[in-house]
Amino acid sequence: MTRIRFQRSLDDLKEKLLVMAGLAEQAIQRSIEAYRVRDLSICDLVSRSEMAINRLERDIDQAALDLLAMEQPMAIDLRFILAVIKINADLERVGDAAKSISDRVRTMGSMEIADLPVDIPRMASLAADMVRRSLQSFIEADPEMARNVLSMDDAVDYMNRAAHVSLTQVMGKESHLAPQALNALMVCRALERVADHATNIAEDVIFWVKGADVRHQSSLETATTGDPANRAF
Amino acid sequence: MGVGIEVTNLNAWYGANHTLQDINLPIPANHATALIGPSGCGKSTFVRCLNRMHETNPIAKVTGSVRVGDMDIYADASPVEIRRRIGMVFQRPNPFPTMSIYDNVCSGLKLNGYSNRKVLDEIVERSLRDAALWDEVKDDLRKKSGASLSGGQQQRMCIARALAVDPEVLLMDEPASALDPVSTSKIEDLIFQLKTQYTIVIVTHNMQQAARVAEKTGFFLNGRMVEFDSTHKIFTNPSDKRTEDYITGRFG
Repeated sequence: MTRIRFQRSLDDLKEKLLVMAGLAEQAIQRSIEAYRVRDLSICDLVSRSEMAINRLERDIDQAALDLLAMEQPMAIDLRFILAVIKINADLERVGDAAKSISDRVRTMGSMEIADLPVDIPRMASLAADMVRRSLQSFIEADPEMARNVLSMDDAVDYMNRAAHVSLTQVMGKESHLAPQALNALMVCRALERVADHATNIAEDVIFWVKGADVRHQSSLETATTGDPANRAF
Repeated sequence: MGVGIEVTNLNAWYGANHTLQDINLPIPANHATALIGPSGCGKSTFVRCLNRMHETNPIAKVTGSVRVGDMDIYADASPVEIRRRIGMVFQRPNPFPTMSIYDNVCSGLKLNGYSNRKVLDEIVERSLRDAALWDEVKDDLRKKSGASLSGGQQQRMCIARALAVDPEVLLMDEPASALDPVSTSKIEDLIFQLKTQYTIVIVTHNMQQAARVAEKTGFFLNGRMVEFDSTHKIFTNPSDKRTEDYITGRFG
């Protein structure tokens, strides 16, 4: 094997991204726990880890940029570095979403706990599971595992839409619960974004391992087959 | 205009050494096709088979068919005619050292019987313009010898010399490997322009160069063509593991 130094650099880059992944996964789990038990001390931990995530994001981007500039990677190595750059950005946004949830928990801390028609723990569990599986597919370079993550996103989207309908109704009918409902709605929105980032990570794993771009497949297929003007005769 | 090349069941030997084995390759007209592979894989032998240079070695042998446009070069034409229609540029610039720039460029024309001064002047200017060298040498055409130019200029002069006889195909065997980055970039820009008029086959060890200038790339290994595909596919997602291992530097 040649280019041993380069291969070591790729291993280092993967190692750094896994540290970032660990922090992001921990942040989202902590924010969910903070919501569940309304514990502001956990919110502080989420805020601190968000700063660490931001620092690491810059380190990883710099390391990836150095490899692109100095090693001129090709094929699977090039795809790996591009995937790392994109996964890095998604993980940073998972950190942002965790911070956003913990901010809602702080706001809700002074409010009375209300029984709202939304199962946030279940939605959170599903979104966190997507993050975990997408990262596992990256660790194992397993495109099949990544594909399974893609199929989970619809369930989270559905739960978010359902929460939007039911919580909007609560705000209309029971105005005294409007602040709690609004916060719950924002938590659902953050969880839906977490699931989207997990989906992006899974797509990047497929791109890295198989060289296939599976992003926006259904919408692009609709665009080419659904509109008669786009059909090739 | 360039013409396509169809290589069918090409085999080549140096003595008992079977250096090319069953090569089949369609090289598209008016495109640049890059050939990559580790040293000794047969890519230079392959391009030398495309203009019958390989057979100039007394122990060399070739079988198979190479069609350049409508001409089977191993059946229909003389080596001299073939080398007029299929020009070649080598790794190191090879100017005729005692000749002026002008005489270097028109040496092939004179060998082919051209003597009209006005015609020669026109062709020398056109060839040097096509080789992106005219502006740099137009005032010294007869005053300076070809060997007095810089390495990059000499290589472009050699390209002009190859273009002067109006070829259909230009074979380039590592044309920029002896040049600095600025001269290399000029040669690459030139290849990009020339492929609209000529069919270009370039052998290169520089994979970024192949990626920059060629639409098609072939990967040679141990005398065989392992993979031939669009350059984009070869460098982002090759089909064969051996291609991927080579271009990612895992061997070679």
